[in-house]
Amino acid sequence: MTTIFGIPTAALFGQVLLGLINGSFYAILSLGLAVIFGLLNIINFAHGALYMMGAFAAWMMLTYLGVNYWWALLFAPIIIGAFGIVIERVLIQPISKLDHIYGLLLTFGLALVIQGVFRNYYGSSGMPYAVPPLLQGGTNLGFMFLPYYRGWVVVASLAVCLATWYMIEKTKLGAYLRAATENPTMVQAFGINVPLMITLTYGFGVGLAAFAGVLAAPIYSVNPNMGVDLIIVVFAVVVIGGMGSIMGSIVTGFGLGVIEGLTKVFYPEASSTVIFIIMVIVLLLRPAGLFGRAA
Amino acid sequence: MSDTVSKATGAEAAPMTNERSSAGHVGLFIGILVLLVLAPFIAYPVFVMKLLCFALFALAFNLLLGFGGLLSFGHAAYFGMASYVSAYTALHWKLLPEQAILLGTACAFVLGLIFGALAIRRTGIYFAMITLALAQMVFFFCLQATGFTGGEDGIQGVPRGMLFGLFSLQNDMTLYILVAAIFFIGFAIIYRVIHSPFGQVMKAIRENEPRAISLGYRVNRYKLIIFVISATLSGLAGATKAIVFQLASLTDVGIGVSGEVVLMTLIGGMGTVVGPIVGAGVIVGMSNYLASLGGWVTVVQGAVFVLCVLLFREGIIGVINKRFKTKL
Repeated sequence: MTTIFGIPTAALFGQVLLGLINGSFYAILSLGLAVIFGLLNIINFAHGALYMMGAFAAWMMLTYLGVNYWWALLFAPIIIGAFGIVIERVLIQPISKLDHIYGLLLTFGLALVIQGVFRNYYGSSGMPYAVPPLLQGGTNLGFMFLPYYRGWVVVASLAVCLATWYMIEKTKLGAYLRAATENPTMVQAFGINVPLMITLTYGFGVGLAAFAGVLAAPIYSVNPNMGVDLIIVVFAVVVIGGMGSIMGSIVTGFGLGVIEGLTKVFYPEASSTVIFIIMVIVLLLRPAGLFGRAA
Repeated sequence: MSDTVSKATGAEAAPMTNERSSAGHVGLFIGILVLLVLAPFIAYPVFVMKLLCFALFALAFNLLLGFGGLLSFGHAAYFGMASYVSAYTALHWKLLPEQAILLGTACAFVLGLIFGALAIRRTGIYFAMITLALAQMVFFFCLQATGFTGGEDGIQGVPRGMLFGLFSLQNDMTLYILVAAIFFIGFAIIYRVIHSPFGQVMKAIRENEPRAISLGYRVNRYKLIIFVISATLSGLAGATKAIVFQLASLTDVGIGVSGEVVLMTLIGGMGTVVGPIVGAGVIVGMSNYLASLGGWVTVVQGAVFVLCVLLFREGIIGVINKRFKTKL
């Protein structure tokens, strides 16, 4: 067996792949948080709960309606995104003029409600969700075994992240979005419906979270608690990367996922805390975050 | 917010208001003493002790949020860590209860100093996320360091011991006197901090930080001090709770407790003097009476959170203060 630093390459690259997968979830979720924060000025604490709802939507569609994975990948983000739009209109808009912390508290309460409801109906043990037939099995690359589904998750997430980046940075719609982030009153004065844009942005960010949830369903079992710990790690990712740059969120998300994966190989005891430790180091050296602008 | 306005509108009226409010606050202290004496005869003493521990925790948290304007989402770290240290040293080192509690509190002080110094490097929403992430780190540490924390089981069978080596705390009433005294001292410290020149500067920083900087205040030093005081007193509450319940567990260091203390402060009234006590009463009472609902308690708590933010941001005491122009 080939080894590097005394560690079998299969184990090493297997963890790196797992790290990339976690990294894709970090990237998609922190991207959503950053887009929402840019326009709404709130940190969406419910993001983890909505990611979990995405996974559940896929599971429910398969179990109750027989809708397969691919349709779920399309419909779950739309359904959960629509749910997000309702949340924005009913709950978030009334407090949009208040201090940022109220948005955090409100969405935290929302996360408690959503997670509590799912936990009561489905328990905490989690339900399996089968890998779609097309992506079952894998191939031996020589230095590691690559399960097709895991490769697909990384490719699909990367594609979605880059598409989002392209849309925000290079299209006209994205230009409106960026302008509204800088100065919403001015953009409104040019005749653009900013409140509608805010609502749709929230729905889009939520849809991204749900998309990540569907991708995660076959890898981790569908579990009401799957979003709780993840969202806190994503917060640390956001602190490390700073929310100023879309590409920054993507790079930080994937990078930290890989670092976490490598830690699992070389020093497993620290794997659950390594991202927080990096956060501490970044705070000491570059308080504004790697890609952040100083406040 | 409202008392800042009143201060700005009439400087000459200030002495009179101060006199009236200080007379009112003597009444407040007497009222709290009376309640502390009566409570164990009205309710189950262990329930009252639980309530007092959480009330002190919420008061300490409110010092940071209500008077410092800093939202920490990881206060369970100090509460839970202190309760572990207090439980561990009472059980394994056979320390006297007061020594165990003091050691737990000292540990929260150190933790607060380190985490506070890190967290105040950012403001606003980032501050909340950083404190939350640091607390999660503590949670994972406690989950893994099974030799110290007992992992999922926690530290059970902690002896209540002999206070000063003289009084057995096995008796609920003796223990109650200790807990009530700790609560009262904690409350007095927080009251003193709020109404000191230091507290006034903190309010100035909360309302307008750039202005406080331009007036020459070392804002970060003030923030760090208030953070450390808040963390230490949270630790005092947690360490005491470990002795009362003879138990330290992962629950106390988790995000659930961090959220609960925010909710207590919000319900009672952010930035009021006694609001957190009332809020703690509501939440502890609620989780006791709704215990039959099982898992739905979290849902109810979440819904209360949402409703408070939407409709009831001033909190119970905040509304009373506004209606009756009091300064509770």
